[in-house]
Order: sequence, then C-alpha cells, then structure tokens
Amino acid sequence: MSTARAISQIFLWELVKGLGLTLKYMFFKKRVTINYPYEKGALSPRFRGEHALRRYPTGEERCIACKLCEAICPAQAITIEAEPREDGQRRTTRYDIDMTKCIYCGFCQEACPVDAIVQGPNFEFATETREELYYNKDKLLANGDRWETEIAQNIALDAAYR
Amino acid sequence: MVDIVKFLINPFGTMLGGILMLLVPILIGVAYYTYAERRVIAAAQLRKGPNVVGPFGLLQPFADAVKLLFKETIVPSGSSRLVFILAPMLTFVLAMVAWAVIPVGEGGWFAEGPWVIADINVGVLYLFAISSMGVYGIIMAGWASNSKYPFIGALRSAAQMVSYEVSMGLIIVSIIVCVGSFNLADVVRAQQGLWYIIPHFPLFIVFFISILAETNRAPFDLPEGESEIVAGFFLEYSSMSFALFFLGEYANMLLMCAITTVLFLGGWYAPFDVAWLTWIPGVVWFVLKVCVLAFVFLWVRATVPRYRYDQLMRLGWKIFLPFTLFWVIATAGVLVAFGWLPNA
Repeated sequence: MSTARAISQIFLWELVKGLGLTLKYMFFKKRVTINYPYEKGALSPRFRGEHALRRYPTGEERCIACKLCEAICPAQAITIEAEPREDGQRRTTRYDIDMTKCIYCGFCQEACPVDAIVQGPNFEFATETREELYYNKDKLLANGDRWETEIAQNIALDAAYR
Repeated sequence: MVDIVKFLINPFGTMLGGILMLLVPILIGVAYYTYAERRVIAAAQLRKGPNVVGPFGLLQPFADAVKLLFKETIVPSGSSRLVFILAPMLTFVLAMVAWAVIPVGEGGWFAEGPWVIADINVGVLYLFAISSMGVYGIIMAGWASNSKYPFIGALRSAAQMVSYEVSMGLIIVSIIVCVGSFNLADVVRAQQGLWYIIPHFPLFIVFFISILAETNRAPFDLPEGESEIVAGFFLEYSSMSFALFFLGEYANMLLMCAITTVLFLGGWYAPFDVAWLTWIPGVVWFVLKVCVLAFVFLWVRATVPRYRYDQLMRLGWKIFLPFTLFWVIATAGVLVAFGWLPNA
C-alpha cells in the first residue's frame, strides 16, 4: 500500500468526499420532483394519452369505418361495426375502445388515413370502476370535441417530422 | 400543598414531573425525527419528501401514527405469541428507560443540580447495561416470529451489537479515566472549557461509527437489510407492534446522539465561554448538539452503501477494538506521565 493511499484511508478521505457530495445535493441542487397535481411536467406533441375521435370543422365526423385501426391494434382493444348511412356514406354504428386492454402504442393513430382516431394529451382519466373504461363512440367523439384545440396544435407541431 | 408548590416550581425535584417533562419531548422528537429523516434523504436524492399533510408536511408523523394505530395487529399462527408481543414493548421501554440518566442541563430556575431524572453515580454503567439489553428485544422478535428472515436478521443484529459494544465500552473507559467519575453530570462538568472531542477526536469518530452499528443504522443496517432479508427482525410485525419497534429504534438513535453529546460535545455547555452564548439556557445547547448529531446519522445514511457482513465484523474486531484498546492505554499513560489524573 502506498503512503498516499494509507494516509487517505486513515483520514477517511473517500468518506469525507462522499459526505461532501451528498451535502452539495442537499443544499445546492434544484429538486427534480414536481408537486404533481399543482405542477405538471411538459408533454411532447407526440404524447400518446387518452383516445379521441375527431370531426371536420363542419361538424362531420372524420371516421370512414375503414377498420384499419381495428386491424392493426395489437391488443385487439378496438371493436368497430359499420353500415351505410341514409346519404350513402359509410359510417360506423359502433366504435368501442376497451381502455383496459389498450397498450397506448399509437398504431391506431398511425394507421388512420383521415386522422380520425388520435391519442390526445390527456392522461388523467382514471376511474373508480372498470366499466367506465369501456369507451364507446359517444365518449370518444366527446373527447374529440373537448380536446380538439390541443390535438390540432399537436398535429400541426409534429407535421414537420412526418 | 407544599408538595404541589414544589412540584410546580421544581418539577425535576419530583419523579413524575421529571419523567413527563423528559418523555413527552422525546416522543415528539422521535416522531419528528422520522419526518426529518424522510425530508433529509429526499433532499439528498433531489426529491421533496412528505410535504402535503399540514404546512411543509409537518403533521405527517401524526398521520402515520394514526394510520398505524388503526391497522390490525397480525400475529403469525406459527409464532410464539407472548414473546412475539413482548419483544416490541421491551425494545421501546428500554429505549425510553435509558434517558433517565442523561443530564440535559444544569442549574437555572427550576433545578439546583443537573436536569436529570436519576442523578446516580453509576450513570455510565446504567447506560451500558440498558443498551446491552436492547439486543434482547431483537432476538426475541426474531425467534418468536418463527420465520427465516427475522431469524437471520436477529442473529446478525445480535452479533453486530455485541461486537461494537466492546469497542464502545473501551471508548467510554478512556473518557471515564479522564473524568474520574461514572456520573454523567460529572462527565459534562469535566468538559467545561475543553470538550473531549478535541483531545479525543479519533475516538469521537470511532465512537460515532460504533453507534451507527449499535443502532443498526446505515451503513451497518444488515439486520434489516431490505435488499437481502426483506425487513429483518421486524418483518412479521404490523400495526402498533411495528410502530413500537420503529419508535424504539429512532429513540435509540436520539439516545446515542445524546450520549455522544455528553461524552464528547460538552453536554449543556456553550461552545465558547462568551456572555451572549452562555446566556442561552444549557438545555438549548444540548438539544442543538443532539440535533446536529442526529442530522449526521441521516446524512451518513444518504451517502454510504451497506457494508458486507464480513467487512462489518472486520471493522469491529480488527480495527476498532485494537485502536480503542491502544487509546485507553495511551490516555492513561499520558494522564499518569503528566500527573493529570483526576482525584489524584
């Protein structure tokens, strides 16, 4: 053992250095935790949160019942039934997402040719019962109406990278 | 009537008043020590710690206490019932009882002598006896649980506490040789002017590391090492019996800080003999010193990783024991050579 090493061991130098480091963290570093319900972290425009079905500005729903999302969904969480409407257009009669099955992979959003099904920025949709997480078409359209501003902004921000 | 007046004016003159005046602040202190630990460790890890219950989370210890009180006490079916229930009580009572001989101040308006419940001449021996008994609570808990992890934890704890008590004993001997009395108040009085931390600085470091091991704290928390043996000896405990272990452990930590204060940091004396410093009551200085040491406990926990078991034993038997033995002889030699022996 070299003399320098022996001296540093006797004076517990490594220990003192370690203690100094924790003291620096205690008093001179910024906390990384945020006060969650009152403060929230920044979300990327690509954040994949709660699903929503969007509408055109005219109020017409975008979904054309192509069922690509249903086909690509790896968790098989989406169930779609469709038939022609009175005006001859093909529309869904049923659009259900089982949010307890969903794995938030974002494939439905990628598959959609008309940007109808999207995953919005909302992640605070915890419920007290399981049934409330079986979303139907009304719920998804309501989500679309509620989050349209944010969703449209996120799509615009991310468009440059697509 | 005279007794009541005496009780009101001089609570330390009576047993009950003294006990209440000591135990209530200790229990509150222990409760807030758990809170301080969570805040300090959170700060070192750049977290916030409990800050929701009450202002700055200051009511958190009470919320925890209420939660633990209302939980169900589960006694495992294979356990030895009586011993299982007695063990946490023993741990807690021993942690409280040892405070009887700790002098927290002296003189002033409500006591003539030192502020201590039992001003006995064998205070150091009493402390040693009580702190040695602490290991019984742990062994009882580990054995009565009838489960492997608590048993391993209890064995580790017993071996560890016994090992470190030897070097602690020798350290106390060095101090006692300088004081010439087993009375803890005399130990403090002998430090007026020069705290023992200055001549005995290496001893102070060794003593501090030994009390970390004695109280099963990080980096010597092998008896309750979470990553290896789940929770150690109190694994099977729940509710209030768990709370008693928890309180006992933290009360023990504060007790060890108090003992260190008495032995090395000049007890209730101000750091310098200056008027505005000595004007502050001695008990305030005492509490401040205990708080600083208690903070170092948490600081160390936030810093160092756990020791391996053989390293722990090596440190205790091969380094601390020879070193303290050497120091006892050296201290005695110096005292004799210069004719500084007390009572000589």
